[in-house]
Amino acid sequence: MNFIGVGSLGLIAIISTFIGAVMTLQIAFQLVSDFIPKTIIGSVNRDSSILELSPTITAIVLAGKIGSAISSEIGTMRVSEQIDALEIMGINSPGYLILPKIIAGITMVPLLVIMSMFLSIAGGYLGGTLSGAVSPSEYIEGITTDFNPYTIVVALTKAFVFGFIITSVPAYEGFYVKGGALEVAQASTRAVVVSCISILVCDYLVTQLLL
Amino acid sequence: MIEIQDIRKSFGDNDVLKGISGTFEAGVTNLIIGGSGSGKSTLLKCMVGLHRPEDGIVNYDGREFTSMNFEEKIEIRKEIGMLFQGSALFDSMTVEDNIMFPLNMFTEQSVSEKLDRANFCLERVNLEGKNKLYPAELSGGMKKRVGIARAIAMNPKYLFVDEPNSGLDPKTSIVIDELIKELTEEYNTTTIVVTHDMNSVMGIGDYILFLHEGKKFWEGSNKEIAHTDVEELNDFVFASRFMKAAKGKF
Repeated sequence: MNFIGVGSLGLIAIISTFIGAVMTLQIAFQLVSDFIPKTIIGSVNRDSSILELSPTITAIVLAGKIGSAISSEIGTMRVSEQIDALEIMGINSPGYLILPKIIAGITMVPLLVIMSMFLSIAGGYLGGTLSGAVSPSEYIEGITTDFNPYTIVVALTKAFVFGFIITSVPAYEGFYVKGGALEVAQASTRAVVVSCISILVCDYLVTQLLL
Repeated sequence: MIEIQDIRKSFGDNDVLKGISGTFEAGVTNLIIGGSGSGKSTLLKCMVGLHRPEDGIVNYDGREFTSMNFEEKIEIRKEIGMLFQGSALFDSMTVEDNIMFPLNMFTEQSVSEKLDRANFCLERVNLEGKNKLYPAELSGGMKKRVGIARAIAMNPKYLFVDEPNSGLDPKTSIVIDELIKELTEEYNTTTIVVTHDMNSVMGIGDYILFLHEGKKFWEGSNKEIAHTDVEELNDFVFASRFMKAAKGKF
């Protein structure tokens, strides 16, 4: 939990803040019509961050950071016979090695996504007001108008699913690796690729099912 | 005592073990020897349950291991200690934690009792005071000795050792061999060592089972091995010029 959660706080905070800021600038750049109020910038940024950017970007970043670490850790344990040693001792090695990581993933990723949502919206505020693309009052009015709490449910459902993918796919790849250091590295790469694709596919499916 | 009967194992079309049988007594050092690819490590893994043999029986003091379910096997495995070829110490744990790991998992002992046991095991392998070192800070020989200390932490009835001398200098190899023999005799364990090191064969081989191309070709003691007329065994034992020259002196 410490590695997945606390260890990823800084990275997720930086990415979320900048994505929020850039999103605001791009929305402002595209909404040039006088018929569209500038408060819409805040609303669009809020919904995009909550529904898509925070869960998906957080998950993809974590898939790279945590997925490769889990895969190479378990893979190294496999090729150096540490998993065999656990089994000889009568320990259920998947239960001992993989289950805690999955539990950490499905609890910490939603927490990170919640933090990411706040920081992305705050980043949008900073980016919009510092550049003059939107005034503070317009942005705040935008993010507080017509807020649908159900979007949080959708985002947290995604985060839960992504947390499972980020930990289970690399654990599987690492656990069943055969060979040596080269194969561990290949398993690690495969774990990140499969995790990212799975995240995007599940992102679509969850969105289709819940919205 | 461990008995194996007609153990067969194949990987795809490759028949690695072609019906191996043997009896390994307690209190003596049993060796499984053979060239690379002869199936000795596969046989060891079949015996401890890391591989499932296609056919054959493994008996631990009359308890048929091969037909047991997972929970029953766990009970046998609590009586097994194993030293792996690469030591297989847990990288993230100190020497002390490695040795205490099986105690933490399977005993209700207090922390001080477990520490006492870890210290005793470390003393037994001549590594007193190395408790707080990590595996990365140990030499190859020290890793092997910590591996042995972890393997004996639970007072095992059965001790399996896979290539204890690989990667070690001859002097350290002899230290490890003697330690294995001492522990076997002291605790009356059923010890099975997989090796192709001739110093080990001659030094500690009370009972030797020779495998060649997945079959048992010979069994006997280190006193008998030099006088056999089995061609495959002679080719293996006396492969070097030195051993050929020394053959008449055994």
